[in-house]
Amino acid sequence: MSVIEPEAGPVTTAQVTRERALGVVQSYGAAIVLVLLVAIASVSFPTFFTVGNLSNILTQSSFILIISIGMTFVILTGGIDLSVGSMFALGGVLAAQGSAFGLAGALLLPLLVGIAVGAVQGALVAWGGMAPFIVTLAGLLAIRGVALQITGAGSTTPIIRDELTRALGQGGIGNVRWPAIIALVLLGIGVVLLTRTRLGQGVLAVGGSESASTLMGLRVGRVKFSVYVLSGAMAALAGALSAAYASSGVPTVGVGLELTAISAVVIGGTLLSGGKGSLIGTLAGVLLLTVIQNVINQVGNLSSSVQAVVSGAFLAVVVVIQTVLSRQQRL
Amino acid sequence: MSLPTQDVPPPLPPAITDRPVLEADGVVKRFAGVTALDDIRFRLRPGESHALMGENGAGKSTLIKVLTGVYQPDEGELRFAGAPVRFAQPLDAQRAGVSTIYQEVNLIPLMSVAQNIYLGREPRRLGLIDYRRMNADARDLLSTYGIRVDPARALRSLALGVQQMVALARAVSINARVVIMDEPTSSLEAKEVETLFRVIGLLREQGIAILYVSHRMDEIYRVCERVTVLRDGRVVHVGDLDELPRRELVSLMLGRTVERSGGQTAFADEGHTTAAPPVLVATDLSRRHQIQDISIDIRPGEVVGLGGLLGAGRSETLKAMAGVMQLDRGSVQVEGKTVRPGSVPAAIRAGIVMLPEDRKSEGIVPELSVRDNIVLAALPRLSRAGFSSKRNQDAVVDVFMRRLRIKASSPDQAVSELSGGNQQKVMIARWLAMSPKVLLLDEPTRGIDVGAKAEVQALIDELAAEGLAIVLVSSEVEEVVEGAGRMVVLRDGRVETELTGDEVDEAHYLAAIAGETPHQPGAAPDEEQGETP
Repeated sequence: MSVIEPEAGPVTTAQVTRERALGVVQSYGAAIVLVLLVAIASVSFPTFFTVGNLSNILTQSSFILIISIGMTFVILTGGIDLSVGSMFALGGVLAAQGSAFGLAGALLLPLLVGIAVGAVQGALVAWGGMAPFIVTLAGLLAIRGVALQITGAGSTTPIIRDELTRALGQGGIGNVRWPAIIALVLLGIGVVLLTRTRLGQGVLAVGGSESASTLMGLRVGRVKFSVYVLSGAMAALAGALSAAYASSGVPTVGVGLELTAISAVVIGGTLLSGGKGSLIGTLAGVLLLTVIQNVINQVGNLSSSVQAVVSGAFLAVVVVIQTVLSRQQRL
Repeated sequence: MSLPTQDVPPPLPPAITDRPVLEADGVVKRFAGVTALDDIRFRLRPGESHALMGENGAGKSTLIKVLTGVYQPDEGELRFAGAPVRFAQPLDAQRAGVSTIYQEVNLIPLMSVAQNIYLGREPRRLGLIDYRRMNADARDLLSTYGIRVDPARALRSLALGVQQMVALARAVSINARVVIMDEPTSSLEAKEVETLFRVIGLLREQGIAILYVSHRMDEIYRVCERVTVLRDGRVVHVGDLDELPRRELVSLMLGRTVERSGGQTAFADEGHTTAAPPVLVATDLSRRHQIQDISIDIRPGEVVGLGGLLGAGRSETLKAMAGVMQLDRGSVQVEGKTVRPGSVPAAIRAGIVMLPEDRKSEGIVPELSVRDNIVLAALPRLSRAGFSSKRNQDAVVDVFMRRLRIKASSPDQAVSELSGGNQQKVMIARWLAMSPKVLLLDEPTRGIDVGAKAEVQALIDELAAEGLAIVLVSSEVEEVVEGAGRMVVLRDGRVETELTGDEVDEAHYLAAIAGETPHQPGAAPDEEQGETP
């Protein structure tokens, strides 16, 4: 009986080794750099490795992390969601309005709207055959418009008076605030959803090869629809928590947040073309971006634009590695 | 073929083997008014291995897509195990028990072997995917087919043959009763092909029906017992393969009988032969899975026909000579000078130009005018310091429009408004404007009407008479036989034989395609001949 041994692959051992090394850099690069940066910052700045500062970093990261969880799913399918920054703002406004009915209103109203908007965008992408870029770009414009409209073109800022809702943003367990706890819990749920459920496998499969997924009998439309719904819900929830933290829903917040989220996801090692990536990587990506900002603030005499340059440079390095990797994969 | 039987489930009782498992009855499929399938009647019995044959455009892939739920028939019905079925999507067909493996492995390269096999039906425990069981199941399943591989490995790290086996394992494990294989061996090594054939044997013993699509005659005769031949969207033959000589099968596919005489094209009766030294010498052109050691030389003023069935490597050979395709081995020389391989600009500079098979997607720019299309390739030569002179352009365009008798209202008319034949002439004009030495024509008359066809054929003759060396590929037997003065016949990516002088006729050609040539060039392996009935 002839046996096929897999070792007779089309690529040589040297190529495989090289590819593996690059793969490690891609998957864990953000985490490695994060650890190094934290170590250096801890030694350099006495104010960095303090409970207060770390708690601060965690809280700052939590909103963008929640958005990035949804974004990771979308990007893994090979899509993109540009509407999350606007959804974040609308979520905050709606949370402020809903807080008139207590905590439940402050959470449910933005969540339902986020799901509804995500469903519309998802349906257009999944079954309407429209490009995610265009659909969510339209969302970016329209949702921001709605947020401004609700607040009288930004002339009023809804204040959150409900104590319980405020506590959700500002309270916590010890030094860890609720938004950070919620973000980490959602991350855990997301990891299970992505790696241990059929939906998660479907997300990776669709991003890996949409045509093959269709031919393998996967419900591609349903998978795509789901990730935009998830992303919409996550962005709205992040907005609600942020509003609770700030005690008000400001319609002009979160401009450009979609790009931060996309950067975090890509820096975290998720392929922009989809099919490969992890939420733990996204966590590292989000923390890295926040820590870079924090460190630059610690230096003091550097302007915030330096932070943008550093983040941009890091993103560029990651994308170069991804390109090299995907080129090798085509061999 | 002899099969190991010790690790195989017992065959199903013979009682069911007479009733077809999958049938198509009167199936019609049209696309934008063009009938792709016409009144197809097709039967597949349990446990049989059935070949589906046909040339380009015969409707093979359309039929497969209808059988697998990618397309829905416009008329007629499908029956599965005797009951009428309607497959609205591939998933429906898979659920019913019709699985397909494709020429290109259609799996997810980034996911693991086990994930690929069980995608969409992963074993779960407490609602979560049970990877340990999934990997164990995958390992067991693959070992049934003699494949030992770590199921947690990413699919793309495996050789194509193993990937194809994984696709097959997936297809079969979805409780398949019919497995459709579309050119399954096109990317496999010889050893892997053997494994595939052995697996096919195992499947048949389990009562699974195989629908096997391939252009490789040897494989068909080895693996299949019955055949359905399609031509122009119709079934032209159904029967046992051992009663059908190869040459007859080729005739059925091409729609030619050996007795028919030529004289139906606009080519001059005699091919052009010259004693001049070859202008182009191609040596040992090779590319994995596509062409093997193809050597051809062409003299000025000569039309060389490149023959063979679809998939024999005709277009690939042209692409290799035109620098469109990267080569593993081999070289192309023009007038004694070696052309840098795999570079279109180098080939064009050396004087080799190619008219691609699909002029719509690879050739013309429909929105541009006749003038712009003609001067497109020659633009760098008609320009000075980056600016192209309109007067120069007009002169060139004028010459070619008159010479090739391009019917357009003016040079400014958009090419998309012209007829197919005139579009083809515009393409030829574009390359002639480059003053080439060698013209490679891939299906130059496909999709154009009869009158225009004759004009293009006459033009090919004229160009050769003027000293251009031409290589002609055509699926139409009479076109290539009458147009060419000499023929190189390919089979399975190798040169099967060369026909010269009086041998350039349909009888010799069909025999060569079928692999029934008495004299064999050294390149072709001997074992293939042993299979000839």
